Amino acid sequence: MAGYVIRRVLIMLLLLLLLSFTVFVLFSLLPADVARLTCGKICTPETIEANRIRLGLDKSVIEQYWIFLQGVVMGRTYGQGPGAIVCNAPCLGYSFTRQEPVLKLILERLPATLFLAMGAFVLFLIGGVALGVYSALRRGRWQDKTVMGISLVGYSLPSFFIGLVVVYFIIIRWQLLPFPSYVNPWVDPLQFVQTMILPWLVLAVLYAAFYTRLTRSQMLETLNDDYIRTARAKGLPERVVIRKHALRAGLTPIVTAAGLDFAGLLGGAIILETIFSLPGLGSLAVSAVLSPDLPILVGVTLVTASFVIVANLVVDLLYAVIDPRVRLA
Amino acid sequence: MSAFLEVKDLHVSFPTGDGVVRAVDGLSFRVDKGRTLAIVGESGSGKSVTAQAVLGLLNRNFADITGQVWLDGQDLIAMSDDQVRELRGEAMAMIFQDPMSSLHPFYRIGDQLMEAVRTHHKVSKQEARERAIDALKQVGIPAPERRVDDYPHQLSGGMRQRVMIAMALINSPQLLVADEPTTALDVTVQAQITELMLKLQAETGTTLIIITHDLGVVADMADEVTVMYAGRAVEMGSTDDIYYRPEMPYTLGLLASVPRLDSDLNERLDPIPGNPPSLINLPPGCVFNPRCTFKDEVPGNRCTTERPELLASSAGHLVRCHLDAAQRVAAREAST
Amino acid sequence: MIEATDRVEVLRVEDLRVYFPVKSRGIFPRTVGQIKAVDGVSLSVGQGETLGLVGESGCGKSTTGRAILRLINPTGGHVVINGTEVAGMSRRQLRPVRKQAQMIFQDPYNALNPRHTVGSIIGAPYKIQQIDPPGGARTAVREIMERVGLNPEHVNRYPNEFSGGQRQRIGIARAIALRPKLIICDEPVSALDVSIQAQIINLLQDLQQDFNVSYLFIAHDLAVVRQIAHRVAVMYLGHIVETAPRSVLYSEPMHPYTNALLSAVPIPDPRKQSERERILLGGDLPSPINPPSGCVFHTRCFIAQDRCRTEVPQMRTMAPGHEVACHFPITEPLKGGVIHGPDPGLTAPVPGEPGYWSETVTDLGGVGTSRLDSANSTDEGV
Ligand SMILES: Nc1ncnc2c1ncn2[C@@H]1O[C@H](COP(=O)(O)OP(=O)(O)OP(=O)(O)O)[C@@H](O)[C@H]1O
Ligand SMILES: Nc1ncnc2c1ncn2[C@@H]1O[C@H](COP(=O)(O)OP(=O)(O)OP(=O)(O)O)[C@@H](O)[C@H]1O
Ligand code: SF4
Ligand code: SF4
Ligand SMILES: [Mg+2]
Ligand SMILES: [Mg+2]
Repeated sequence: MAGYVIRRVLIMLLLLLLLSFTVFVLFSLLPADVARLTCGKICTPETIEANRIRLGLDKSVIEQYWIFLQGVVMGRTYGQGPGAIVCNAPCLGYSFTRQEPVLKLILERLPATLFLAMGAFVLFLIGGVALGVYSALRRGRWQDKTVMGISLVGYSLPSFFIGLVVVYFIIIRWQLLPFPSYVNPWVDPLQFVQTMILPWLVLAVLYAAFYTRLTRSQMLETLNDDYIRTARAKGLPERVVIRKHALRAGLTPIVTAAGLDFAGLLGGAIILETIFSLPGLGSLAVSAVLSPDLPILVGVTLVTASFVIVANLVVDLLYAVIDPRVRLA
Repeated sequence: MSAFLEVKDLHVSFPTGDGVVRAVDGLSFRVDKGRTLAIVGESGSGKSVTAQAVLGLLNRNFADITGQVWLDGQDLIAMSDDQVRELRGEAMAMIFQDPMSSLHPFYRIGDQLMEAVRTHHKVSKQEARERAIDALKQVGIPAPERRVDDYPHQLSGGMRQRVMIAMALINSPQLLVADEPTTALDVTVQAQITELMLKLQAETGTTLIIITHDLGVVADMADEVTVMYAGRAVEMGSTDDIYYRPEMPYTLGLLASVPRLDSDLNERLDPIPGNPPSLINLPPGCVFNPRCTFKDEVPGNRCTTERPELLASSAGHLVRCHLDAAQRVAAREAST
Repeated sequence: MIEATDRVEVLRVEDLRVYFPVKSRGIFPRTVGQIKAVDGVSLSVGQGETLGLVGESGCGKSTTGRAILRLINPTGGHVVINGTEVAGMSRRQLRPVRKQAQMIFQDPYNALNPRHTVGSIIGAPYKIQQIDPPGGARTAVREIMERVGLNPEHVNRYPNEFSGGQRQRIGIARAIALRPKLIICDEPVSALDVSIQAQIINLLQDLQQDFNVSYLFIAHDLAVVRQIAHRVAVMYLGHIVETAPRSVLYSEPMHPYTNALLSAVPIPDPRKQSERERILLGGDLPSPINPPSGCVFHTRCFIAQDRCRTEVPQMRTMAPGHEVACHFPITEPLKGGVIHGPDPGLTAPVPGEPGYWSETVTDLGGVGTSRLDSANSTDEGV
């Protein structure tokens, strides 16, 4: 098991390397002239050229990538002399428009995204699975049809639509909640919850719809399995049959989906963060696209992708915990 | 001796989109304590549905069940689901066909056995575990102290079926229903399991209902036989009655269709023509009449118009057929 | 091999081997072992003859049949169909051979394409082989349907409108459409009820009479094989352990495994059954990933001796047409009530050792649960 984890981590690093290189090459192919973008209002060809050298953009992509990697491991200095900018390891790049290291920007934005993701995750997972089980147990009856109907609606509505509707009615029309303004939970817990509750709920509804359907179909499948009949033949109460035998057996795809969804949410729920003006990774990415600020884009892309890769590993490890037939050696 | 299990006029039907499936249609039988009853019949004749109805395993939301199932003096059909559940696994237990899929793949076999104990008895984990090990030893699993911590996938099919038997017998039920317990196994393993079940029954005196389509297994295990066709019993009697003095044309046909190791080498099989009827649209009269080669011998088209009753024959067992005694003897002679 | 002087050989298989690699999963899959599904099988089938191939689940019967028709590629050995060596042939070269050798599958439900009408399923071989039967394909299809006991008026129906037995008839009709010399029947009646099973067995026998076709009849049911086969080969763990004419194999089996198999089949006669001698083998079939050394049967054999553990028994001809691969063939009828074989389970099996059975796959690189993939494909052997 330990050997397996080590091997998987090594593979993960390899993947990250590959990924960062790809990202690097792709962004270097963009037609935008980065050096041009880094220079302020008064722009002379000389400043652009100087910036180009300072950023290392005069070098080949491969060289740039190598310098970038060195930066990640040992830190990096942009330019020379008194005007030089030091970016400490691990350096994911430096945003000249914002005059900050990319990592610092990302770390600042991470808590909001993390809280949003975790809250929504707990809500949609519990809600979705519970509703899915409920629906499966009442298969074909009106309760099932109602849940399925609602989830279909939730499933097919775009998030910006629900987001905007909720903001309009609850905040603007009925003024049930104050206008969202993010604070850290330890600064003002009440305001934190007031800000987060709507995006949490909106995300939960959107995602729960999928988990309801997934859980329902998994349950319907496992409830027909032979070992469920065995469990009933033992005289187990029905709720034990459902919880301990059927649900556990159907858990694997739910765990997969949940792991990847969580990683995806960490990458930023771009639209909802924008609508509810949450200072998260998503809104950082959006503004980086608009400015455009390539170092930030590269950084955010890398961080988000590593979430997905890590989530994948966690999901695989969870598999082994759930299903003893999967042996990790 | 009084019947330990008595099923009276059991009807089970499933309303489906295509119509009502009459899976069991007026079935009655009884088994005395400590005896073995075999229910034989082809696919779809209602054997498994009968077994599940007896154990209360059918979901009453999807099946219409009427009739009576008396187990040791109590009517299971009239009981609440919860009362039946308490008897299940304790007074009556069941073994299923496919051992590969009948154990939960995610739990250790010890845990699954212990669960069976602790559902019905307030005992410590330690004691339940000891009982689980004992049960595994009883069914001939080598090194049970170690095997108890195995997962099902670490055992072969034969071993898994032994575990299923251990699980069924762990609370010493008085009634054991085995639904095709050896069908999914290889013949050499099948022989082991048959031997084991016979041995355990002799030791515990459990009443056994064995459901199978294999007439060889029946000959090996049963005291009594019920032959089912299209949801009803068509012939019922002692094992000797059914094998040596069969009277119903379907039973005759079944016996003549089976390839056997002791037949004449150049003898051709004598199959029953046609296919079993749809349970949604049963033929009028005798349900077997579309496939019966003797129906023309019954005067007045009774076979196609009048449902025969299950009546005592001259040989003393129960037969559902319009043929008279002499015709039945002639029919038997013709088919052997 | 049997001396084939007066008989025309339609199929000869020599030293056929099919090994499946066992791969670890992951980004860098390694071959961690081999499943020796078929390991040195030799057999021959004469014209108009039925050779029964029996053995328990997983012993390699289907793999043998599939390898003969090249639905899977053999690892080694020779396959001669009607005088033509097919080992090493390309797909295109195989086409004319396929006309002479067809296959019928166990599961009548999966072997037929649900979206094709019965007519087009049965007529497909004509299309594939670009043959125009006398009177046209339509007439030919109707004639075949009639011949196998299907109502020709149902030519435009779909497989799901037929019962299991009728679907098997469709499979048979497709197989005989081109009047092949050889049909490989892989458990053609195992999924059917006894009454229907008997109909199909009789049909296969009648067709053999009419067309002088040969069958390689694969089954696990010894009684069924006894009904239809002229000669029988018994398989265990990838090896043929005994071959004999039917009358000999069922009355004087010499290999201990054949003896055990026969004694395990219950006879539908309560009195005879209670009086039979019995051999009860212990344990189950060992895993073919790591088969036992020497004689593959020694872990369960009730007369095994030291020699059996080390030395592989060679096929020996004991009587004309009767070959046995055993160091100590049984020549006297067994006596003594119940004979118990050793239980290989008593020495607790160790992973990777013979006797251990596990679906566990040792490495899981990506997402997805894993099991040994022994899925049967539904190749339509045309
Ligand atoms: N839940 C259900 N809904 C609808 N029909 C059902 C249901 N369960 C069983 N049936 C039908 O009832 C009939 C009897 O089924 P049953 O399983 O008892 O047959 P069986 O005698 O056990 O056959 P087999 O040998 O194939 O196991 C079949 O036609 C089957 O399709
Ligand atoms: N495509 C494959 N890949 C890997 N292993 C395979 C494959 N096909 C078959 N095997 C393995 O080869 C062995 C022989 O399989 P085969 O299907 O030939 O057995 P069989 O005698 O036909 O059994 P059955 O009676 O169950 O059909 C088995 O252990 C099986 O798991
Ligand atoms: S009642 Fe008539 S149709 Fe039915 S089995 Fe008897 S003879 Fe045949
Ligand atoms: S060679 Fe030995 S182990 Fe193999 S079958 Fe013969 S006696 Fe048994
Ligand atoms: Mg059944
Ligand atoms: Mg096979």
